[in-house]
Amino acid sequence: MSIGFVMLCHTALERAAEVARHWAERDCPVVIHVDKRVAKPAFDGLVAALADLGNIRFSGRFACEWGTWGIVAATQAASTIILKDFPEVRHVFLASGSCLPLRPVEDLRAYLQTRPRVDFIESVTTEDVGWTVGGLNLERFTLRFPFSWRKQRRLFDGYVRLQRRIGFKRQIPDGLVPHLGSQWWCLTRQTLSAILESPDREAIDRYFRRVWIPDESYFQTLVRQYSSNVESRSLTLSKFDYQGKPHIFYDDHLQLLRRSDCFVARKIWPQAGKLYQNFLEGGVVGQATAEPNPGKIDRLFAKAVERRVKGRPGLYMQSRMPNENWENGRTAAPYSVFEGFAEVFGNFELWLGKTAGTRAHGHLFATQRVEYAGGETVFNGAMSDSAAIRDYAPKSFLTNLIWNTRGERQCFQFGPGDKQDVSWFMAGDPNAQISVISGAWIIPLFQSNQNFGDIRREAARLQKIEADHLGILRSPWTKARVRIWSLAEFVENPMEPLQSIIDEISPRSMRRLTEAPQMADLKGFGQFLQNLRNQGMQPTLMGDFPAGEDPTPAALRRGRPYLVK
Amino acid sequence: MAAGLGTRLHEVMRRVLGEVHLPRSVSLGELPVPERSVMEAWRAYKLRWKRLRLLARAFRKRRQLRSVVDRTDRIQAGAILAFVTIRNESVRLPYFLAHHRKLGVDHFLVVDNDSDDGSCDLLAAQEDVSLWVTGHGYKQSRFGLDWMTGLQRRYGHGHWCLTLDADEILIYPYHEDRNLRALTAELDAQGLPSFGAMMLDMYPKGPLGAQHYEPGQDPIEVLPWFDSGNYVVQIQPLLRNLWIQGGVRARRFFAGEPRRAPTLNKVPLVRWERGYAYVNSTHALLPRKLNAVFDETGGERISGAVLHTKFLPIVVDKAVEEQQRQQHFANSALYDDYYRSLADSPDLWCAGSSRYTGWRQLEAMGLISRGGWI
Repeated sequence: MSIGFVMLCHTALERAAEVARHWAERDCPVVIHVDKRVAKPAFDGLVAALADLGNIRFSGRFACEWGTWGIVAATQAASTIILKDFPEVRHVFLASGSCLPLRPVEDLRAYLQTRPRVDFIESVTTEDVGWTVGGLNLERFTLRFPFSWRKQRRLFDGYVRLQRRIGFKRQIPDGLVPHLGSQWWCLTRQTLSAILESPDREAIDRYFRRVWIPDESYFQTLVRQYSSNVESRSLTLSKFDYQGKPHIFYDDHLQLLRRSDCFVARKIWPQAGKLYQNFLEGGVVGQATAEPNPGKIDRLFAKAVERRVKGRPGLYMQSRMPNENWENGRTAAPYSVFEGFAEVFGNFELWLGKTAGTRAHGHLFATQRVEYAGGETVFNGAMSDSAAIRDYAPKSFLTNLIWNTRGERQCFQFGPGDKQDVSWFMAGDPNAQISVISGAWIIPLFQSNQNFGDIRREAARLQKIEADHLGILRSPWTKARVRIWSLAEFVENPMEPLQSIIDEISPRSMRRLTEAPQMADLKGFGQFLQNLRNQGMQPTLMGDFPAGEDPTPAALRRGRPYLVK
Repeated sequence: MAAGLGTRLHEVMRRVLGEVHLPRSVSLGELPVPERSVMEAWRAYKLRWKRLRLLARAFRKRRQLRSVVDRTDRIQAGAILAFVTIRNESVRLPYFLAHHRKLGVDHFLVVDNDSDDGSCDLLAAQEDVSLWVTGHGYKQSRFGLDWMTGLQRRYGHGHWCLTLDADEILIYPYHEDRNLRALTAELDAQGLPSFGAMMLDMYPKGPLGAQHYEPGQDPIEVLPWFDSGNYVVQIQPLLRNLWIQGGVRARRFFAGEPRRAPTLNKVPLVRWERGYAYVNSTHALLPRKLNAVFDETGGERISGAVLHTKFLPIVVDKAVEEQQRQQHFANSALYDDYYRSLADSPDLWCAGSSRYTGWRQLEAMGLISRGGWI
C-alpha cells in the first residue's frame, strides 16, 4: 500500500520539482498539475527535470485563479490520473508546490497504515466557521459570484448586496450539507473515487462551479456523503494571517517546524534553502509514531495576529498611532498619582517607596524640571529631566515613562503648581489611580515666610487651578480610579485612606499599616484660613476648619482595633 | 499652458476658500479622520501640484548629473534598488555597501556630490553600482532629493526602492535570516506600498572622536549605544505623515527647544512608481498614501529602523567642515550651536542609554514592530 501525492503548482517550480522528486524517489507516485498561466518554457523545464522518474505524471492544465473552480477541476483531473495509473495507492495526499514534507515518508506511511479507512479533511458546517474571508459563510453556496473578489472588489460587493436585497437564493442540491475547510486533504481511494465517479457528478460540478471558493468546500462537502470515517483536520500545517492569506515559513522557522511533528507544511519561502536542505536531504530522526502537534505554532501565530490587530497597549510608535478611543489602553500599566500628600506629610515619597515597594517620583510635571525619584537627571529609556522637552509633548512624556518602566509601578506627585496639560489624559485613563487631598497645596503657603498679600494671591491662583482639575476628575468622561478627600476630612482620619490606596497598589501584601508618614504641623492653621477669609479670599477646597481650633488628627500609631461582638 | 491654468485655478480657489491654515502637528490620539469636503479636495489638489512641481524640478536638474559608470542595463525586473547621495564617505561606504548587499539590494544608484577622498573610485569599482557625479549645490538640490527623484523616476518604476544616506544602516524584523526580497514579498502580500523605519542615533560611550573605526568594520561595534524610550510621535496632518523626534540629539542638543530637534521618521523603502516624489528628505512622500506606514486602529504595522552612524569618530572633523559649507538643513544658521558642540567632542552617553543587541531588542522596546510577520 502506498500514498500518492497530487501537487498543484504555479510558482517556484524548481522547488516543487525537488519536493516531487523527494516523494517519487521514496516510492510515492506523484501527479503534478501546473497552472495554465505558467509559461510553456517553465513547464517544459519542470517536465524535463523530472523525466527520469517513472512514477511522476502531469495532468491536464487548468487556469487556477484564487477562489475559482479551476483549482477544483485541476484537483479532480490529477486525482483521476493517480487513481487510474497507480492502483496500489490507498491514500491520496493533496499538496501544493510550496509544500514541504517535515517528516520522513515512512512516518506518514506508518501513520496511515494504522488508519486505513480514515479521511483526513477539515470539514466544518457553515454555522461553525469563524475564519471566512469577506464574512460569507452559507451565502457562498446560495449566491452567485461572477466577479473576481481580488480584482473587482466593488462589483463583487455590490452584486452580493444586490442579491441580498432582492432575496435571490440558489437552490442547494438535495442531500448536500455545505461544509467548509482547509483546501489540503488526504483521502482514501474509496472516498475519493466515490466522489469522482458519482453518477450525479455532472450536476454537482455544475452547481459548485458557481459557488465562491469551491476549493474550500467541494471535497469538504462531498466527503460527508461518502466517507464513513472523517477525521476533520488537515495533515498539512498551514497558518493564515488576519487577512486570510497563508503565512510563509522561512529558514528561521527550522526548529519550530521540526518540533511541530506535522507531516507537511505550507507555504515555504522558495529561497528558504536551509529548510529545503534540512527536510528533504537531512535524515530527520523523529519519533516515528508521534502525533502531529502544531500547538506551539498555533499559539505563536495567534500572538502574531493579535500584535498586528490589537498591538501593545500603551505603546505609541512608528507602527502604531491609534486614534482616540482605539488605543486598547492609553498607557501600558497602572500608575498612581498623589495630589496633596507630599504637602500633608513631610517625607511622603520616601515613605511611599518603602511601604508600597514602588518607584515614587516627586512632581513629574513641576514647572522647573522633572523631579524623578532620587533626584535623577535621566530616567529609564534615557528620558531627560528637561521641562521643555516634557512640555513639548506631555502625553508622550507620560506614556513613555509608563512604557519604559513596565513591570514596576510608578507613583508621582501632582498638584496645582504643576503643568496641567495631562489632566484630561490621566482622567480618561483607566490605568490611573488618582488620589487627591484637595486644598493641601495651601500648607506650604501656610508654612512659608511670604507677605500675606502674596500668599493670598497665590492661594487664589492655585485654588482656581485645582478647582478646574477637580472638575475634570469629576466629569462623566473620567475613567481613572479617583478618590478625593478634603484636607479637613483627611487630617481627621489619615490612616483609612492611606490603607486603601496602599492595598490597591500592592494587593498581595495585605499588610496593616502600622506607621503613617510624618504629618505637617498644623498649629494655627484654622486661624490662618480665617485670615485669608478676612482678606477677601474664600478658601473652599480645604473643607471645614473652624477658626481658632487646631485640627487634631486621630492617633497615627494605631493600636489593635476593637472587636465588637 | 497647463501650468498657467493651474496657477489661475489656484488663485480662484484661494480667493474662494482663503488661505488654508493647519496646525503643524497633532499629538497622541488627535489625528482627525479625513473628511470628504471641499477643503479636503482643495488640499489634495494643491498637493498634486506640489508633487508635479517636485517632479518638474527633478527633470530640470537632470543635466547637473554626469554619468561615471552606468550599469543600469543590468537591472532586472523585480530587482531591489538603492538610491544614495554621498559626499566624502569613503570611510562608511565599504560597510554600507556590504550590509545592504547582504540584505539583498541588487543595484546601487549613487550620486557623488564632489567627493575628494576617493569615494568616487571606490564606487566605480563595484560591479553593482551605477555612479553619477555632480559639483552642484547640495542644498539647492533640496539636499540631493532632486537628483534622487530624477533617477528614481527613470530607473525605479515598478521596483522596490531603498533611499538612504551612507551613514544609515537599515534593519528590520528578521533581517539576519530574511532578505529584502522576503520583506517586500510580505509587504506586497499585505498590500503595503511603503515601509517605515525610524532613524536611531547610535553613539559611543566616552567623548566623540576618541574611538577607532576601521573602514569595513560594523559601525555598531564602535557605536553600540542608543536612547530607547524618549521619543515623541506626532502626526503632521497635511501629508498625514509621522513626525518623530527625540533620541540623543534631542536630549543633548535641543533640550531647550525640543520642537527644533531633528526629525527621525523615515520611509526609506517604497514600491516605486513614476509619479512619486520625496518631499522632505525621506521623511515624507507624495502622494500621501505612502506616508500611512502606521496603524490608526490600535494594531501594529511592520516597521524597521535605520541605524544612524553619524557619530563615528570622523564626525568631529566633519562638523567643522559642514558648518563652513552651510549646506545642511533649511536653516543652517540654527544648527551652528549644534555643530559647535559637536566639534567639542562631547560624551553623549548617559545612565539611561541602552546597548544595542539586535532587532529583537528594538522590538521588545517598542521601537520597531514585526506587525504580524512571523
